[in-house]
Amino acid sequence: MSALLEFDQVSQSYGDTRVVDAMSFQLADGEIGCLLGSSGCGKTTVLRCIAGFEPVESGEVRLAGEVLSRAGYARAAHERRIGMVFQDYALFPHLSVSANVGFGLRKLARAERERRVAELLELVGLATYGDAYPHELSGGQQQRVSLARALAPRPRLILLDEPFSSLDVDLRERLSREVRDILKREGMTAILVTHDQHEAFAMADKVGVMQGGRLLQWATPYALYHQPATRFVADFIGQGVFVPATIMAPNCVKLEIGEFCGLTPNGFTVGETVDVLLRPDDVQHDDASPLTARVESKVFRGSAFHYTLTLPSGQRVLAEVPSHHNHAIGEPIGIRLEMDHLIAFHRGA
Amino acid sequence: MQSSVLRWRAVAALISLATVIPLAVILASIGSPDAAIWSHLLEYQLPGLLTNTLWLVLGVGAGVFVVGVPLAWLVSVYDFPGRRFFAWALMLPLAVPAYVMAFSQLGLFEFTGPIQTWLRDTWGDSSWVPSIRSTGGVVAVLTLAFYPYVYLLARNAFSTMGRRALEVGQSLGLSRSQGFWRVALPMARPWIIGGVTLALMETLADFGAVAILNYDTFTNAIYKAWFSFFSLDTAKQLASLLVTLVFVLVWLEQRARGRRAYGQTGRAAPLPRLPRLPLSGARAAGASLLAFAVFALAFVLPVGQLVWWAFSVWAEELNAELAAYVGRSLLLSLMAAALVAVVALALSYAARRDKRPATRLIARLATLGYAVPGTVLAVGVFVPVAWFDNWLIARFGAALPEGTTAVLKGTLVVMLLAYTARFLAVGHSALDAAMHRITPSQEEAARMLGYSGWRLAARLHLPLLTGGMLTAMLMVFVDVMKEMPITLMTRPFDWDTLAVRIFNLTAEGQWDRAALPSIAIVLAGLLPVILLSRQKEPA
Repeated sequence: MSALLEFDQVSQSYGDTRVVDAMSFQLADGEIGCLLGSSGCGKTTVLRCIAGFEPVESGEVRLAGEVLSRAGYARAAHERRIGMVFQDYALFPHLSVSANVGFGLRKLARAERERRVAELLELVGLATYGDAYPHELSGGQQQRVSLARALAPRPRLILLDEPFSSLDVDLRERLSREVRDILKREGMTAILVTHDQHEAFAMADKVGVMQGGRLLQWATPYALYHQPATRFVADFIGQGVFVPATIMAPNCVKLEIGEFCGLTPNGFTVGETVDVLLRPDDVQHDDASPLTARVESKVFRGSAFHYTLTLPSGQRVLAEVPSHHNHAIGEPIGIRLEMDHLIAFHRGA
Repeated sequence: MQSSVLRWRAVAALISLATVIPLAVILASIGSPDAAIWSHLLEYQLPGLLTNTLWLVLGVGAGVFVVGVPLAWLVSVYDFPGRRFFAWALMLPLAVPAYVMAFSQLGLFEFTGPIQTWLRDTWGDSSWVPSIRSTGGVVAVLTLAFYPYVYLLARNAFSTMGRRALEVGQSLGLSRSQGFWRVALPMARPWIIGGVTLALMETLADFGAVAILNYDTFTNAIYKAWFSFFSLDTAKQLASLLVTLVFVLVWLEQRARGRRAYGQTGRAAPLPRLPRLPLSGARAAGASLLAFAVFALAFVLPVGQLVWWAFSVWAEELNAELAAYVGRSLLLSLMAAALVAVVALALSYAARRDKRPATRLIARLATLGYAVPGTVLAVGVFVPVAWFDNWLIARFGAALPEGTTAVLKGTLVVMLLAYTARFLAVGHSALDAAMHRITPSQEEAARMLGYSGWRLAARLHLPLLTGGMLTAMLMVFVDVMKEMPITLMTRPFDWDTLAVRIFNLTAEGQWDRAALPSIAIVLAGLLPVILLSRQKEPA
């Protein structure tokens, strides 16, 4: 697959603050990418550079091989054929839903425009709402109108700026799956910006974790979770605690709660002490296990309990346990190590 | 229903009578036309009045739009030299009442005025300068006086969503100029229409400027009918027509909104503002020049002319007589401000205690007076007061002193009633905003801690409403200082104020002598503009 969007060594500053720092990533045709990071990490600036609302200081932004932005040059935003779904949807309150969706289609003949609008309203499940006005719709419906409006002119790329941040948690999850389906059905390439990793994982094929204007890792959600490139990514994505461990062999490591041996060498020196990331699903509850840990606190999550356990050494670990195993706080329970991937970092790295 | 709630509704209803009775009196005369008066009106006055009013409404409506909207767009979306200053300075003409603007511009542009004199000295000819005493001149003067309404409201709309509107447009393939016409302007439409409507309401209500410029409209026709021809009935008929025109205007504004709801959809908290787009070179110079030209024409030149006149006459005019006018203006404005603030507080509190539609309707009726021109209200208040006096004298004449012909007529009561009706909306909006900042849960918390009734009001509401009360008083104070027709038509004998003094002097063409009282009014008028700029100017 060839890269449709190339973000190549791009930097951008506001005054003396460098908000995007020599950042690079690529997105293939039809892929959905996501920039994930807490507020102020520069992810929105990246989006605005691609849209053409911000110039770039150095580096290049290319779409299908054509340079959109480089130092001293920026193709005008309205000529880029890039669509955008705004955080507040930015629907036009004075226009009906149909007119909103058809807004970018003014070059089409009337009949053709109407057909495309109807097609899109159908696609986003709002076929009967064409004559409604934006304020008469719910938040989720407004969000879908805004998606339809951005899709209508068949842009080459679609940008979504925190698209679900003003919705309820429930709606957010459902809608993020729906939006992914819609984008995939249209064969759309898209970039999403969010601070919510559930959203990122639900929506995107590739996720980039950003911190302080830098892209720490650009990978599939699976790889981010199981092979985080840095300690920050490991900490930021999912839950878990770092526990000390000793390297026993090029492919084996020994922890307080057991040993783990992988298929490939882990790249550490034998005898070295490392920090291993233990995810809650790495620690299994097993009544038969000789190793026990005391329940320090627990959170009921419906299908599972999230236990915080204290090991004999005083080290804390997390464990996800099916919810019919209801143990009292202070009670010792049997546990065993059940790891698939080793995530380890040098001490102090 | 709790009796205390009913009591508050009764208070609100009582307050609304101050507006409802005068309006009812005026509107009732539509239902009972006097054939003789009407045939006279139709033959001699109405055709001229209607054409004049039509031209004014069309001209000023177009004028305030053409001046106000581009300036608002420039200062809220772009950056150019002097932008920060102009963003604020372009509101300043709000401090200059239209009648002051009128005679000052007249002085500037008349044959012996500085501009024509300069033109003759430099070019040898000034005969091409059009007269201000013409339809075009009146339109120009009122446009300069009232464009800030459009400017302010449009700026509000553009500074919150102008830049974003451009970006949305760009993401859908529109260039910036297409984005202005197709996105920003339609989105700001309700604010712009609101501003134009306010400016047109002021135009229809204007009395002083058209009197000075000898331009016949309903307001001075009402005044002349009453005070020159002593026909209160004719005044009433004319007033009923004028108030109908105003309500048609308000109705059109409401209709223009239709079922579209404006304002932000989607999220409650506003998004961070985007930085302004810097202009450079000729564009920047053009923007600065346009802003400067409007500011100069609408504020610097007229106020400069006033100051010039003031210098030439201050030795004779700065005397005890002027101090007496100032004193009466201050006293009246203070009394009206305090009265309106208290009444507005009661109205606002009543609406809070009783949230049902009936009370809300009463509150809306009570604040309707702001739409009603002062000349109309003056007639509308005077007529029932006269009836009341006659009834009192007929009923209790024996108990009254020998030869009593008036009880309330010709007292401050009439004037204060009319002021309350006219300016209650001004005080109410300031207070109501403060009232809305007190959340129901704060009230509930105080109740749970054992407060109720007066103790609750004294410990929770009043302290939190002090700021709102002061704002309300300031706004009403300044409006009464500037007010001309009500004061002129209902003042007690020997109660001439600054505005009345200006009316009398300008009627005799003594513009230089009217300068000092005008400066006093402009200075007072600057107070709310400064307050407004503190609240509204985005950083």
